[in-house]
Amino acid sequence: MTEPRVVLVDDHSLFRSGVRAELEPLLEIVAEAGTVEDAEAAIAEHRPDVVLLDVHMPGGGGVEVIRRAAAAELRPTFLALSVSDAAEDVIAVIRAGARGYVTKNISPAELADAVRRVHDGDAVFSPRLAGFVLDAFTGPAPEPETELDLLTPREREVLQHIARGYMYKEIALRLEISPKTVEAHVSSVLRKLQLSSRHELTRWAADRGLGL
Amino acid sequence: MNGTLRRDRSQGWLGGVCAGFARRYGVDPALVRVTFVVAAAAAGFGVALYLLAWLVIPAGEAPRRRRLPTGRGAVEVSLGTGLLLLSVLLAFRALGIWFSDAIVWPLVLIASGAALIWRGSVGPRSRPDPAPLGVPGASANRPVAAEPAAPAAAGPPASEPATTAASLSRNGIGIALVIAAGFAFLQATGALNAARDVVLALIASIVVLGVIFAPWVLRLVRSLTAERSERIRSQERAEVAAHLHDSVLQTLALVQRSDDPQQVAALARRQERELRAWLAGRPAPGQAARLAPALEAAAADVEDNHGVPVEVVVVGDRDLDPAVEAVVAAAREAMTNAAKFGGGSTVDVYAESTPAALQVFVRDRGPGFDPAGVPADRRGVRESIVGRMERHGGRARITSSPATGTEVELLLEAER
Repeated sequence: MTEPRVVLVDDHSLFRSGVRAELEPLLEIVAEAGTVEDAEAAIAEHRPDVVLLDVHMPGGGGVEVIRRAAAAELRPTFLALSVSDAAEDVIAVIRAGARGYVTKNISPAELADAVRRVHDGDAVFSPRLAGFVLDAFTGPAPEPETELDLLTPREREVLQHIARGYMYKEIALRLEISPKTVEAHVSSVLRKLQLSSRHELTRWAADRGLGL
Repeated sequence: MNGTLRRDRSQGWLGGVCAGFARRYGVDPALVRVTFVVAAAAAGFGVALYLLAWLVIPAGEAPRRRRLPTGRGAVEVSLGTGLLLLSVLLAFRALGIWFSDAIVWPLVLIASGAALIWRGSVGPRSRPDPAPLGVPGASANRPVAAEPAAPAAAGPPASEPATTAASLSRNGIGIALVIAAGFAFLQATGALNAARDVVLALIASIVVLGVIFAPWVLRLVRSLTAERSERIRSQERAEVAAHLHDSVLQTLALVQRSDDPQQVAALARRQERELRAWLAGRPAPGQAARLAPALEAAAADVEDNHGVPVEVVVVGDRDLDPAVEAVVAAAREAMTNAAKFGGGSTVDVYAESTPAALQVFVRDRGPGFDPAGVPADRRGVRESIVGRMERHGGRARITSSPATGTEVELLLEAER
């Protein structure tokens, strides 16, 4: 398999160059962008496989980048990378279409691994995102009949393990299922996260002006 | 029977004076009302007394919901006031005290209009209680004045604008009545022509002045608004600056003086945590008596003491009680162990609080150890974690292996 081609979007040039230096030996970084407009242009020009996307940027942030790329019929895989801990930021960018969320204190090897995994179609959840999702899906759903509003016990179990800091392989071992099944559960949770009309999710998204 | 004399607006027709008397002395309100009407026939004495009582006796805090929603509103009050005054005037006329017919209708109109306006502005605030939004029962104890506004009790969210609109139109009708009274008086006294000239001159001057001063007034208002928001902004900036001085700048100064990388990292992490808590509007760790802040505070201490990052994820939250405090203390001990023996790996803490149970997992990726092989004199695990949990009706389970590191699971189930 070829290495994914990556565009790095962050408004802090210092952080960009740091990540670039760390990832360069592991992945192919084709471009950097520091603003929403630059990111739009870089995505259009380089057609990357994966966009490492900062959540907070002037001019609409990561959500706006995803929206513009979608408007231009460009659909690279987005992986959100942020220092933000706020649920509404994280949920908003996931609901806009990002395939995963990792925090900026992740190690370079783990980051490269996460990029490869979203490139392979998997969803990448940090422990904190798993916590947010569990929080959002706890409590009664407004319309419990829609399966989108509820997590299955297995999905809940997988998320709890992610929140406890387990890697997918370790989760597979502990739950005695295949790593592919773990991936399937996480992808299913991601789908629910993006499509569910649960009040908590829509509220979080609405806080960031996401008309979903 | 009630202790003090209060106007009872919940049962009253006009100002609740009669109902208040009836309540106070335990008689039928109708009796009191008849007494007043009879007194009114006697040279208007009853009316004067009634108005005096309305002014002097304060309104009671009687439960308003007892009033039946008959919609006896401003219109009836205004009509009633007008008719009462008419009767008083007629009584005067009968007594031979009389000025001119020209003032009868204007006075009656003025009284009606004034009743409308006063009822709107002096009556109970017609704003519904802000708290029970969306509670269907909220319409039951809506203040009296709001009743004519939304008789069908359309949903509570809609009632506030409707109430405002009703009060506006009520005031409008009242003012129109008073103005009409003025015109009627002028017409009757034949002074309308003269008055028209005056009014025209007045209107012309107002228009002229308005054209001259409107831009200036507008600019003044705008600049006042701008100044006000600028003042608010600068206050906010001052607060942020004060906070940054106490926290971030202090830490940066410490970082510049330090040449120990580990200390710098610890400082940075502590500052980051504090700043995040501040940004999220949470109380600083250690202040709130809730599970999540308590766990975060414990993690912060362990981080500071051992220089190992501790990541805390909490799902749900609950108040601290002795058992929950014990869980936090056990978790802190587990974090300390993980930081000491985890080989410097990140410590992951995950807590999930549901009404049925509280679960806390503390995990490191260190070399692991054999829980059964811990010597009896090592009190850390046995006493501070397992023993403490059992004393509070909970359980602790420790799994450890060289491949996966160590995980301590604390479980506290609800009794019942």
